[in-house]
Amino acid sequence: MPQAARPKSPHLDIYRWQIQMVSSILHRAAGVALAIGTVLLVCLLASLAIGPEAYAKVQSCAGSVFGQLLLLGWTWSLAYHLLNGLRHLLEDTGHGFQIRTFVMTGWVAVIGSLVLTALVWACVLLQRGGA
Amino acid sequence: MSKHLRTPLKTVRGLGSARGGTHHFTVQRITAVALVPLSLWFVWIALSLVHLDYAGARTLMAHPVHAVLMVAFVLSVFWHAQLGLQVVIEDYVHSPGLEIAFQLAVKFLCVLGAVACVLAIVRIALGS
Repeated sequence: MPQAARPKSPHLDIYRWQIQMVSSILHRAAGVALAIGTVLLVCLLASLAIGPEAYAKVQSCAGSVFGQLLLLGWTWSLAYHLLNGLRHLLEDTGHGFQIRTFVMTGWVAVIGSLVLTALVWACVLLQRGGA
Repeated sequence: MSKHLRTPLKTVRGLGSARGGTHHFTVQRITAVALVPLSLWFVWIALSLVHLDYAGARTLMAHPVHAVLMVAFVLSVFWHAQLGLQVVIEDYVHSPGLEIAFQLAVKFLCVLGAVACVLAIVRIALGS
């Protein structure tokens, strides 16, 4: 059967961007990013088990500009995936599907994740300033 | 009458849900709920590690409570990640050979990651 002749269902590029789709796409993207971030988790724990030299290497990688950017991204990914995950768990109970509520909780997840990220990095910078 | 001698149940097993359809959903939710407090604890630990040197970091992780929570966190993370990545691959990878390769790779990497982390935590906790 010729595949090209068939009509296609509308995909992402057809729709106007709105919080309902953005919150869903971001959840998946953040999840994939966090899965990749587990590489750092393995490195951190393994280096801590191996010894000071290995740990210092991981620390210097994480402390580099590139490392800090990645950590900032992973902080936001975790904050967003956590908040939007809680939203999903709420929806699993059958609540939060009214359009107003759905849009509102979507914005809470997006804005809340930015606030949480800022809070965590404020802690990091304060600790560094105090050290 | 079916032209095959197999029962419909025999046909559906291994192809469709056959009463296992909600298992993935349920386990994803259980690990998600577990990860809510565990992630918050992990962020707190990560922030503590920022201003600790090697000896301090090791002492912190060697504490039985933190070692146990870290094992729980690591197992939940890799289990949850595998379940999530499995769905992403199912959704976006459409050539059967490639899909099986990706699914196997994700499963193997997640198990390897979890085993490596648990071994590291045990070594840290036992001071070996």
